[in-house]
Amino acid sequence: MKSMVWFVAIAVTLIVGGCSTKSEDAHESAKAATVSEVGVGPIQRVELGALDVALAKKGAVIFEQKCSACHKLDSRYVGPALQGVTQRRKPEWIMNMILNPAEMLEKDPTAKELLATYLTPMTFQNVSHDQARALLEYFRQVDSAVH
Amino acid sequence: MKWSQLLTIVVAAAIVSVTVQSCKNGGSATAFAGDDAAKAVYVQPGKHDEFYLFTSGGFSGHVGVYGLPSGRLFRVIPVFSVDAERGYGFTEETKPMLQTSYGFIPWDDAHHPELSMTDGKPDGRWLFINANNTPRIARIDLRTFRTAEIIEIPNSGGNHSSPFCTENTEYVVAGTRFSVPPGGQDVPIASYKEHFKGMLSFVRVEPTSGKMELAFQIQAPPFDWDLSHSGKGPSREWSFFSCYNSEQATTLLEVNASQKDKDFLLAVNWKKAEEYAKQGKGKRMKATYYTNRYDESTHTATSTVNNEVTVLDPKDCPGMMYLMPCPKSPHGVDIDPTGEYIVGGGKLATVIPVYSFSKMQRAIADNAFEGEIAGIPVIKYEACIAGEVQKPGLGPLHTEFDGKGYAYTSMFISSEIVKWKLGTWEVVDRVPTYYSIGHLCIPGGDSKQPWGKYVIALNKITKDRYLPTGPELTQSAQLYSIEGDKMRLLLDFPTVGEPHYAQACPAELLEKNVVRTFKLDENKHPYAVKAEKETRVERKGNQVHIYMTMIRSHFMPDNIEGIKVGDEVYFHVTNLEQDWDIPHGFAVLGAQNAEMLIMPGETQTLKWVPTRAGVYPFYCTDFCSALHQEMQGYVRVSASSSSVPISYGSGTK
Repeated sequence: MKSMVWFVAIAVTLIVGGCSTKSEDAHESAKAATVSEVGVGPIQRVELGALDVALAKKGAVIFEQKCSACHKLDSRYVGPALQGVTQRRKPEWIMNMILNPAEMLEKDPTAKELLATYLTPMTFQNVSHDQARALLEYFRQVDSAVH
Repeated sequence: MKWSQLLTIVVAAAIVSVTVQSCKNGGSATAFAGDDAAKAVYVQPGKHDEFYLFTSGGFSGHVGVYGLPSGRLFRVIPVFSVDAERGYGFTEETKPMLQTSYGFIPWDDAHHPELSMTDGKPDGRWLFINANNTPRIARIDLRTFRTAEIIEIPNSGGNHSSPFCTENTEYVVAGTRFSVPPGGQDVPIASYKEHFKGMLSFVRVEPTSGKMELAFQIQAPPFDWDLSHSGKGPSREWSFFSCYNSEQATTLLEVNASQKDKDFLLAVNWKKAEEYAKQGKGKRMKATYYTNRYDESTHTATSTVNNEVTVLDPKDCPGMMYLMPCPKSPHGVDIDPTGEYIVGGGKLATVIPVYSFSKMQRAIADNAFEGEIAGIPVIKYEACIAGEVQKPGLGPLHTEFDGKGYAYTSMFISSEIVKWKLGTWEVVDRVPTYYSIGHLCIPGGDSKQPWGKYVIALNKITKDRYLPTGPELTQSAQLYSIEGDKMRLLLDFPTVGEPHYAQACPAELLEKNVVRTFKLDENKHPYAVKAEKETRVERKGNQVHIYMTMIRSHFMPDNIEGIKVGDEVYFHVTNLEQDWDIPHGFAVLGAQNAEMLIMPGETQTLKWVPTRAGVYPFYCTDFCSALHQEMQGYVRVSASSSSVPISYGSGTK
């Protein structure tokens, strides 16, 4: 009889607890569904012109300092190979991933999938907005040279 | 029906048992806040505490950082002792922090944390703390919660009345508890009265950088200078010290230093002392003492050896200091928020004497002296006393203030906190402590503007308060609410090492300034490498320098060959991460030194002297990612006669 009392009490707790978790999940996925191909973060729109070689050169230096410990161009390292990234992703998405990785990994479906594949979450490497733009230009240059 | 009956019985039994428990454990049922206490100290998971509490780690040499009201321990800051968590005192960069004129000292006894002040209020910039055994003062930077500087105090033994700071942190003080012959003279102990001096040191704190330098020492009589606090408001230019052993005994002090009815409080006009030092009234004395500073941009500490100190003799400096008789071996000396009242803690006395600063000034003007000791006038007790708290309890030690006109004094022997009213000196409340309270702490309770709310009892004895853990028990503190008329016990919480004294301040004062990572761009460590391409291994004679990086989850290089037995190997390891809370660890098999824990953007160095040939694995000791277990590498060590060349890299796939 005593155990019945506890059973009811636990069941009630579980039911109440379960409900609230469920509604949160629904809320989260609703949010996730609204994430567009530009990703989540400060970059809403990037205007791309002709390839800026000087900017790409700056980007190459930054890549060496801030990215190369985890990314190679032509092969998997800690994270994915970055050759072809400008064909796979929108420029806004690339910059948001660099500038806002924590939130991207939480909310952006593509970023979430990448985490499931590579397992090491990408972190912010103290990159400024201008540096992220230079990195984008470097990736464009890499991809234009290949194709 | 039957269920509900049973439930009623269970609930009733629970209530009875809770009531019985609280009576048994709480001692005084009225003092324990009961069910309300749980609400008062509960901080929801993920929420932050309202106050930081810094406790001395006592004989551990560290500082404990807690949250209030929860009593949760967040951090142990290594200060005067090596630390097996971060490698403080083991890495090449931090070893100089523990250097002294006596050599490297791996362990000391830390007593009194003191928050830096601006206008008599804690400003959240630094925390000072004293080393008692080998006299030193440390400054902890409250942006990094790391020890930034340690200065040694010469001509001292037992730096106990330290490091209390003046109203705007112009100085932190260091009065010697054990008087010693200055300059390390080799003299008979029996010549105590002739040769021994009780040095009071004033360490100047540079206002923007916080850098400390020993400005001057005052040669006081060889009493045991026990505690201190500086004045504020009207008394801002004065520092006060307590003493016991005015009998000047050198043996069996327990009896021999408890002969007189009164010892002294000493009032030092530090402003005047500063002027005398500037005028050249001091004597330059040879003294060897270290200053160790940690440079945040090179991630490296350096030691500087100082060779001289200015010593002021009270005989040559009229008006600089005055003695005030104080009943029976006083311990604490505490100044109320207005700066007018000076409370002595006569630990063997039956009263708490409270002195008046304005009365003391009048007494000086009127020459109301009863004599002179070593050139220091002794003010008549009646001429400077404001009142006495009668029958407060047994063994008054320390007093803090709530800013609402009340004082709270710890009673060691009767094991209680006594609340009394400033001005009327009447006891208004008392509450038991478990057990044998030493210091006590109110947030801002020794400042011009206490935040009040709580008083924390810092206890000397724990006994049966927690589950037993053999002969060694945890140390213990207790949290009491002082918001109502009656003090209410809210919480017991364990502490690291003996919590001699503690300081607390609102979290918001510190939180906004806290450093999260070290910027790689600003890392000026001479052996830092900021990209994997720059990693390398260089041989210089029998020294091998490995410029290594770490990032989740690999080292670069992670395959190293060409090391020989007899080499001194230096692993200079830079953590390339730039996000918060991604430290990596480093350990190599057989390292006689230690491991390291390296924060994002930081470079630290482990010295390793392999003694036999073989292949040695190294790995990350801080679980850093899903691939943490894979964060490993090998170093090959060959015989000293071998011709294996230096080679390194990430090996073959």
